[in-house]
Amino acid sequence: MIKISKQGHHLIVLITVLMLFSYLMQNYADEHILMVANFIGISIILAVSLNLTNGFTGLFSLGHPAFMAIGGYTTAILTFPIAKRALFLPDFPEQLANIQLSFVPALLIGGLLAATIAALVGFSVLRLKGHYLAVATMGFLIIVQVMINNFDSITRGPTGLNGLEEFTTIYWVYGWVFVTIYTAWKVKFSSLGRSMLAIREDEIASKSLGINLFSTRNLAFVLGAFFAGIAGGLWAHLVTALTPNTFSLIMSFNIVLIVVVGGTGSITGSIIAAILFTLFTELLKPIEESFSLFGLSQIIIAVILILVLIFKPKGLFGSSEPEFLR
Amino acid sequence: MSFDYIVQQIANGITLGSMYALVAVGFSMIYGIMRLINFAHGDIVMIGAFTTLYLLQNIGLPLPIVAIMVLIVGFGVGMLVEKSIFLPMRGSPQVTGFIASLSLSIMLQNFGILILSAQPRNFNFPEYMNSIITVSTIKFKVLDVVIIVTTIVLVIALLLLINKTKLGIAIRATAQNLDVARLMGININRVIMLTFAIGSAIAAVAGLMWGGKFGQIDPLMGYIPGLKAFVAAVIGGVGSIPGAILGGFILGISEVLFVGLMPPEYSSFRDAFVFIILIVILIVMPNGLLGKNMEDRA
Amino acid sequence: MLKIKNIDVYRGSTHVLHHLNLEVKDGEIVSLIGANGAGKTTTLRTISGLLRPKNGEILYKTDTNSHPIDTTSLPPNEIVKLGISHTPEGRGIFPQLTVKENLLVGAYNRVDDQIESDLLSMYNMFPILQKRSRLDAGKLSGGEQMMLSLGRALMSRPKFLILDEPSLGLAPLIVEQIFDMLKRINEQGVTILLVEQNAVMALELSSRAYVLETGRIVLEGESADLITNKKVQDAYLGGAES
Ligand SMILES: Nc1ncnc2c1ncn2[C@@H]1O[C@H](COP(=O)(O)OP(=O)(O)OP(=O)(O)O)[C@@H](O)[C@H]1O
Ligand SMILES: [Mg+2]
Repeated sequence: MIKISKQGHHLIVLITVLMLFSYLMQNYADEHILMVANFIGISIILAVSLNLTNGFTGLFSLGHPAFMAIGGYTTAILTFPIAKRALFLPDFPEQLANIQLSFVPALLIGGLLAATIAALVGFSVLRLKGHYLAVATMGFLIIVQVMINNFDSITRGPTGLNGLEEFTTIYWVYGWVFVTIYTAWKVKFSSLGRSMLAIREDEIASKSLGINLFSTRNLAFVLGAFFAGIAGGLWAHLVTALTPNTFSLIMSFNIVLIVVVGGTGSITGSIIAAILFTLFTELLKPIEESFSLFGLSQIIIAVILILVLIFKPKGLFGSSEPEFLR
Repeated sequence: MSFDYIVQQIANGITLGSMYALVAVGFSMIYGIMRLINFAHGDIVMIGAFTTLYLLQNIGLPLPIVAIMVLIVGFGVGMLVEKSIFLPMRGSPQVTGFIASLSLSIMLQNFGILILSAQPRNFNFPEYMNSIITVSTIKFKVLDVVIIVTTIVLVIALLLLINKTKLGIAIRATAQNLDVARLMGININRVIMLTFAIGSAIAAVAGLMWGGKFGQIDPLMGYIPGLKAFVAAVIGGVGSIPGAILGGFILGISEVLFVGLMPPEYSSFRDAFVFIILIVILIVMPNGLLGKNMEDRA
Repeated sequence: MLKIKNIDVYRGSTHVLHHLNLEVKDGEIVSLIGANGAGKTTTLRTISGLLRPKNGEILYKTDTNSHPIDTTSLPPNEIVKLGISHTPEGRGIFPQLTVKENLLVGAYNRVDDQIESDLLSMYNMFPILQKRSRLDAGKLSGGEQMMLSLGRALMSRPKFLILDEPSLGLAPLIVEQIFDMLKRINEQGVTILLVEQNAVMALELSSRAYVLETGRIVLEGESADLITNKKVQDAYLGGAES
């Protein structure tokens, strides 16, 4: 008999569920539902990866969409057909003019670039604490937006890039959902994860335990940024268009909201909240449009977050996972 | 570039700085007493601007009365917001308050869009506000003079309140040591609420000025004044009232000079520069120019 | 004056005080002694309403004949109004208020017209405070800060004064002065509950005392008896002090 550990068992269940879900969606769902399913997947990647930063270490970052933008633009530019470049991006730098990659390497480079930039940013910004860190990462998001707007030779500035190829399939999305969840889970239940949670609970105590605060935090930040970059690349080739305004403070707020409502530190919480959030906004969209109540869903969402912060500040799951999964 | 041109720019910077200072003062007071980065502070500016528009153009009240009513509206909104959102969160981690204020900001903006639509509205002050006063070679609009004078009056009134009244002492005591303030018999919830309301009232008046100065308002307009107030407060040292005023003027003047003296192609980087300055100050001199170390309140 | 009945107090998830009972009678000086972390500060903060007991109650009588008031769930500002004044651990002066402003905050809840004259009598009692009245209180020396803290507490005209380690970090001579002052204050009719590390001085000043160990009262009695008690001598007067 082959013995499968409890962890291994969960792993097999997770893979089966994700594969089955993707298969069903791909073959039986209509275009709109398929799109929603893809958005759900990307929200899960974003929320779980932000949880790696915000949830496990208590570092509060609002910069996630910035890393998404970096990953998204990188992937889109690297895969942009050389033939079309002359038309869309006439001032494209010559050194890069003849480079065109296929989707997967471009996606990975996008993620790695986001992670590299996170490492550089983290080096200076992560010494800030609490809400100051939140503000600094928000500033980083704005700075990235401004950069994208101004480097129009490769980004086409405010117009953005459109007509990107539809590389992103539901299999890619849920493949990355799996990788993200798996990584987050592994990290959470490793000794690194324990030291991350220790940092979150008590900075002074973890200092005295000899945990290197700075590098642990930086690692959490970089890892989160990598997956955000991947999510950006997937997003770019799902909606097939990118503008700097996509990666806004509102988006950042929405991801943070998912993490807080799910419970900062809880992977299960983030997944469930991501699903609920996406479904909720998708359901409200037609109502908003037909009654021209623009802004309504965002108001409701903001109110929900405030209520959660007041009445259930630890979110649905606190920082733990449901009993049967552990 | 002539000397006159620079003097003229500085004069413009003072007008802009006045408005920044007014928004920053409230922001800083609120931070000082609650350790809250109130991201929604700029949206109170928006509420002040729309209140002005309504009272001035739809009802047709004279400007001085409008100004007083805007002050009252700002005060009321501040009270309501503090009581319903931030009071129940007392004692939570700082970042919780910040996220709540971000929620509040998004809520107010979208309420604005829902009720008023996202379309910008024209904002017209009475014609006399636009006549020009010339002092030697520098030209001021009456509006600019009104902005500067109102700012000076409000700042003096605020400093008197903070330094000379019982409430002012209670506000400062609460900002310095919450628990001991309670032991002195200070009802800190009331004091915090009043501080929040006063700060919001001043921000609302800044909204009146903002609309007059820029001529157009929309529900998302609060973002820029909120952000600039934060930067101004950080430059001056968050929590310090004189610091916020100083920071407001430094920011206003340097921004006008920056845009006026730099080649135009850089001006689109303005927002990025504002944030870079902010982050650098936070890291390098977290107490700003006049701030005390605010983190160690008991 | 004050009766604490069976309170349990938690700080976060830590159970700090266990079924604590304590009584202070009108006109007494009672001291509460115990090692670091025993829960002395926690007790005082519970009395003044900064912490809430999970169960048990605290009763307070303004004077012998009046009805006892249940202060267990009153907020601190209401408790101050009943005449309880708390000089916190570490003195708790407001460093960026002037000395005079600190004293005035002490009279925050008073509405009578004698605040000015009380201010003058504080200046009489502590002449140094008058000399420094316009200085930021954070610039005062430790001893001066203690005087300010005591003066500020008296500005509320308390009937019941709570002090948390007034001798902490002060030179013996100044401690002596402060304790003399406490004695005089008590003679003017103010009841005192004193928390001290300096057990000898506390026991000499007080009429009765309680000994707190890890959140439980382990000994209580006349101060004069406790000072000769073997256990107290070993734990607080001998080994711990030298
Ligand atoms: N904010 C807090 N959260 C959790 N535990 C606390 C907190 N404050 C104090 N404690 C714990 O409560 C216990 C009692 O503390 P307390 O300050 O009342 O002791 P104390 O007798 O005044 O000591 P000391 O002589 O050092 O002042 C200690 O074990 C302390 O660690
Ligand atoms: Mg103590």
